[in-house]
Amino acid sequence: MSLFWQVDFPALLAAGLASGLCALLGNFLVLRRESLLGDAIAHAVLPGIVGGFMLAGALAAPAMLGGALAAALVAAGAIQIVRRLGRIEPGAAMGAVFTVMFAAGVFMLEQAAARNLHIDADCVLYGQLEDILWLDAPDIWALPREVWVLAGVFAVAAAAVFLLAKEVKLAVFDPAFAAALGFRPGLVHLGLVLFVAAAAIASFEAVGSILVIAMLICPPAAARLITDEYRTQILLSVALGTGSAFAGYGLAGFGPALLGADWSLNAAGCIASVAGLAVAAAAVFGPRRLSFAGAAASLGRG
Amino acid sequence: MTADKPAASPFEASGLTVAWGGRPVLWNVDLTLPARGMSAVVGPNGAGKSTLVKAALGLAPVLTGQVRLLGEPAARVRRRIAYMPQRNSVDWDFPVSARDVAAMGLYGRVGWFRRLGKRHLDAADTALERVGLADFRHRQIGRLSGGQQQRVFLARALAQQAELLLLDEPFSGIDAASEAAMLGVLAELEREGRHVVCIHHDLGTVAAYFDHVTVLNAVVVASGRPAEALAEDTLRRAYDASGLKPRAVAA
Repeated sequence: MSLFWQVDFPALLAAGLASGLCALLGNFLVLRRESLLGDAIAHAVLPGIVGGFMLAGALAAPAMLGGALAAALVAAGAIQIVRRLGRIEPGAAMGAVFTVMFAAGVFMLEQAAARNLHIDADCVLYGQLEDILWLDAPDIWALPREVWVLAGVFAVAAAAVFLLAKEVKLAVFDPAFAAALGFRPGLVHLGLVLFVAAAAIASFEAVGSILVIAMLICPPAAARLITDEYRTQILLSVALGTGSAFAGYGLAGFGPALLGADWSLNAAGCIASVAGLAVAAAAVFGPRRLSFAGAAASLGRG
Repeated sequence: MTADKPAASPFEASGLTVAWGGRPVLWNVDLTLPARGMSAVVGPNGAGKSTLVKAALGLAPVLTGQVRLLGEPAARVRRRIAYMPQRNSVDWDFPVSARDVAAMGLYGRVGWFRRLGKRHLDAADTALERVGLADFRHRQIGRLSGGQQQRVFLARALAQQAELLLLDEPFSGIDAASEAAMLGVLAELEREGRHVVCIHHDLGTVAAYFDHVTVLNAVVVASGRPAEALAEDTLRRAYDASGLKPRAVAA
């Protein structure tokens, strides 16, 4: 098989799945006006991942997943506690909790590295997209584990969003009314936190936490500037996320060569940058684009 | 409808105490609203009006006491109750149309996992028509005026076909045309035998709009026909800064 199928295809698949998954879930964070919560969870899972890794000794996925989910719940709970007891705004509570937990994760990571385990900070931040190989292509069962994990989480998340479409829409739009009808908006929110944590851990090995954070927010934010329709919003952000992954990967691999350089760029960084450019483009050209006159007028109104 | 049944109170609170974050908001509230006529709850900001409705629906932390709606605990009669939260409780920039929001009133009846059918969308359209918004059903809710937004919320409550409507400040911050349209619909509902309870903010209109008024400020200051409940001394007791306050009551 050609080098494309062995090297580029599995990387594209992993990046596309991770970006699509994060973009799908990010919609509900953006629509709840809690975008920072994605940032918080993606950072706060680190001590859970490293803790699970240290306990299991090897790259044992279940232990790391369990650790990450537990850390996400601890973070969500701690954010509520800090917010209530400290009587501060949610953003400050999230910022305080996730930086402390991330710092604890980095500390644990250093300890793990000192014990010579195969995990490091670069892997967590940027991922190892270039190391995802499909050596036995085209044997579909020989696809790398990261791809299978991402595909699995994506399938479960997509099924949940589809089956619970109206419950999720109502819980995000009007939690008090949802509760009055007998639905459980609190459960929907808890499920969202757990799914974001699962997406963060499924993605981090392949694409790193920076890309997770970018993909949770950028595609839904761009879609928000383009459409006013709920279903289009969700489908469009998944398309934008996956599209950014493909475009960014191509740019990283072939962009420098087009300029005559013999090096390549970090793929995850390029993908996140493309997603950022998509937001900028939507802000300038989208149907619901930001109007500078309107912004100035609303500033004037104070 | 309920008109033929023995006149059970649609809303009956007994010994209700509710606290948010350790501070009592409602203190030992006993309140029985009449079976007939439109009822209003008035009181100053922070008097616990919204909390009273939320406690009735099980959405607020009740310390002691209970509320019975339609003679039953709220959990058993959810389908028969329509709740309209305050307009500023949601994000109107949300990417849904007026019809999407009206259809949310049917979610309880449709149930978990199931999807809306054509008859549900038709019912949502009928509700929008009743509040005079048939032409706006495909419009994103952020592009409606404040009064139209309130009418969309009312349409959502109408779509529920509920026997009891609990409305939190339905007339707040809206234009005169919307106020008249909504009042007309509420009066119709009342004539159909449904129970309408509104939290109301405007003392100037409460006597004209409602048949029964409760003046609330953590405790029930007065409750009765508007002429009695709105007597000058009760209003002064409820609205005066030196009047009854939760802490004074608790002490």
